[in-house]
Amino acid sequence: MTSNCERRSLLGIEHLDGDEILGILKLARRMNPAKPRPLLRGKRVVLLFYEPSTRTRSSFEVAAKSLGAATVLVQSSGSSIEKGESLLDTGYTLRAVGADVIVIRHPNAGAPLLMASRLDIPIVNAGDGMHEHPSQALLDAYTILRHKKSFQGLQVAIIGDIYHSRVARSACFLLSKFGVRITLCGPPELVPEIASTLAPGIRVTRHLEEAVRGSDVVMLLRVQKERLAGRDIGLEDYVAHYQMTSARLRLAARDAIVMHPGPIIRGLELTGEVADSPQSVIVEEVRNGVPARMAILVRAMGKA
Amino acid sequence: MTMRTSGSAALPGRPTPGSLLIKGGHVSDPASGVDGELDVLLCDGRVAEVAPKNKIRGPADETFDARGLIVAPGFIDLHVHLREPGQSYKETIASGTRAAAAGGFTSVCSMPNTSPVVDSAEWVRWLKQPGRGAVVNLFPIAAATRESKGEALTDFRALEGVGAVAVTDDGRPILDDELMREALQLSSELNLPVIQHAENTRLTEHASMHEGPTCFRLGLRGMAAVAESAIVDRDVQLARATGGHLHVAHISTADALNALRRGKSSKARVTCEVTPHHFTLIDENMVDYNTNFKMNPPLRSAADREAIVVALADGTIDAIATDHAPHASHEKQVEFERSPFGITGLETALGLAITELHRAHKIPIRRIVELFTSGPARVLNLRNRGSLAVGDCGDVTIFDSKKRWTFEAENSLSLSRNTPFDGWQLTGKVAATIVNGRIVYRDRF
Repeated sequence: MTSNCERRSLLGIEHLDGDEILGILKLARRMNPAKPRPLLRGKRVVLLFYEPSTRTRSSFEVAAKSLGAATVLVQSSGSSIEKGESLLDTGYTLRAVGADVIVIRHPNAGAPLLMASRLDIPIVNAGDGMHEHPSQALLDAYTILRHKKSFQGLQVAIIGDIYHSRVARSACFLLSKFGVRITLCGPPELVPEIASTLAPGIRVTRHLEEAVRGSDVVMLLRVQKERLAGRDIGLEDYVAHYQMTSARLRLAARDAIVMHPGPIIRGLELTGEVADSPQSVIVEEVRNGVPARMAILVRAMGKA
Repeated sequence: MTMRTSGSAALPGRPTPGSLLIKGGHVSDPASGVDGELDVLLCDGRVAEVAPKNKIRGPADETFDARGLIVAPGFIDLHVHLREPGQSYKETIASGTRAAAAGGFTSVCSMPNTSPVVDSAEWVRWLKQPGRGAVVNLFPIAAATRESKGEALTDFRALEGVGAVAVTDDGRPILDDELMREALQLSSELNLPVIQHAENTRLTEHASMHEGPTCFRLGLRGMAAVAESAIVDRDVQLARATGGHLHVAHISTADALNALRRGKSSKARVTCEVTPHHFTLIDENMVDYNTNFKMNPPLRSAADREAIVVALADGTIDAIATDHAPHASHEKQVEFERSPFGITGLETALGLAITELHRAHKIPIRRIVELFTSGPARVLNLRNRGSLAVGDCGDVTIFDSKKRWTFEAENSLSLSRNTPFDGWQLTGKVAATIVNGRIVYRDRF
């Protein structure tokens, strides 16, 4: 029972194997939010959000509703969480209320795993601290495969605040499993050397040109101003060295795509021109989030 | 050099009048240089005679058959959290010392980071009252600064006067240079060790495990090794300058050990202890955000662990101390980053030492005994403890160095269960623990 439910949980990418990932992506291709299929009719999907979120939350909600499930949103403010209820007690409560699956976003790494280890329903990680954001990695993989024939031989540059990024960790785990060559780029404060130990096939560079040259995918990450404050590197420095501009993008492969998990800050990690360029798939990523998350929920409920 | 007398311990009852003969065991007493088949007679709570087999004449009130067992001086744990006053839901002096006895410890030194902090003579006296129910000797360690806030030193002289054996702000290191210098200056005048939890907490804010690949992969904030070694470096220099006695608690990194070695070779009065978990586990062993692998200092790299084993063998490390830190299950069954630091350790220390140090790394049993007995006794100048010379306190730990057993957390005598060693197969088990001539623990199997 528990093992079955643990298998259906999605806690991270690191411990999934390539076939499981391809299976989810295949399932996602069969999902179409425009043509609802009531695969999860009568099921209750609880969206438990301990952190603010726009796209991930609405995307999971639309995905669940497209499948005929009822959704309940629980946020830390205005709930018992504010009164000091523990994560596990909140989980037991939601289970007792009748949750069939819990989608959780939490500021602490490992929180979804803790919940999955104690509850007999599947848990879907919608982002845990700096650890993983598996649904984002899956929707990004889905997006890449809509533009590239396969992962084989791909070269991906990920630029920005890798250290604080769960998106980066999940992306690295996923792409590395398929032999993608990954270059992480940014200042040492945001891209420590140790990042190259995340998975096989990852290297770190401080030079944007080196990272971008010949890349098939250029993935940009948001840089929070407050994280640059007090560092050796300031905002202007960052923009000067690491901002994605049209000129720099020309170093990438001709058919390279530009990705970003959002929210984007125009004028910081990328120029408006790049964000709106034909190579940008940033809006498409958001759109692809729905079928990817439909697949994740269908798998969680064992309806695949 | 003044020595603390046994009178400064909270005795678990008066020394028992009467005699106990420990027959047929292999006595290992590094302090006296004794290592062989000998009988030991304890009379009125003291060691009365140590003699070749069957040479002790006259009837004893009780005889303990120690054939096939090692008879060692009573083990001393320099670093335990007994949680009283104020946190008796985690542990009490009674429960913690019962766990200590089961682990072979005849003396434990309690850390002052309780609620309230043990920063006054009144609280030191309170800890030592018979009503607390200690079943082994309890040597209180008092706070080095008032409320351990790192602002003003406590009254070292008064604390020592009522039996505090050292001062420390464990868990809240003394970062201020001038304050630390002052503490060590006083230490040199009073011969009272200053124990430092060496961590530059400005470098470890919000961090919950050792900074390294595992930490990065798990998306946790890391505690860099330099946060420990930089403080040890500074403290060693201050100890040399003042002549004070610095004792580094639970040292965990190769760099800090090197700093300590430099201090020792320059004749600074510096000593250190290491925990069983730091010589057994490394950061990579923490998987699945298991909070029973969260402690401070954190589990370090494989290279750090190797350096610790080398330092245990070559004498750089003076003592094994458990840093027994019980926490209630509701406190540990939370998000990793929100969990308190610390694991229990009293009942697994000997088994881990023999399994990891003796069997896996060929460190002689004799050296392990030294690290549990005369080593810690020297650190705190505990007179008549940690050795089995005639006239010494009748504290004896008898153990089977070959016995294989499985540690089950649910059978622990501690009130808490936060251990990473649940279900571990260990070699080396306590057979009996004798405090002041009286058997306070006997293995049932």
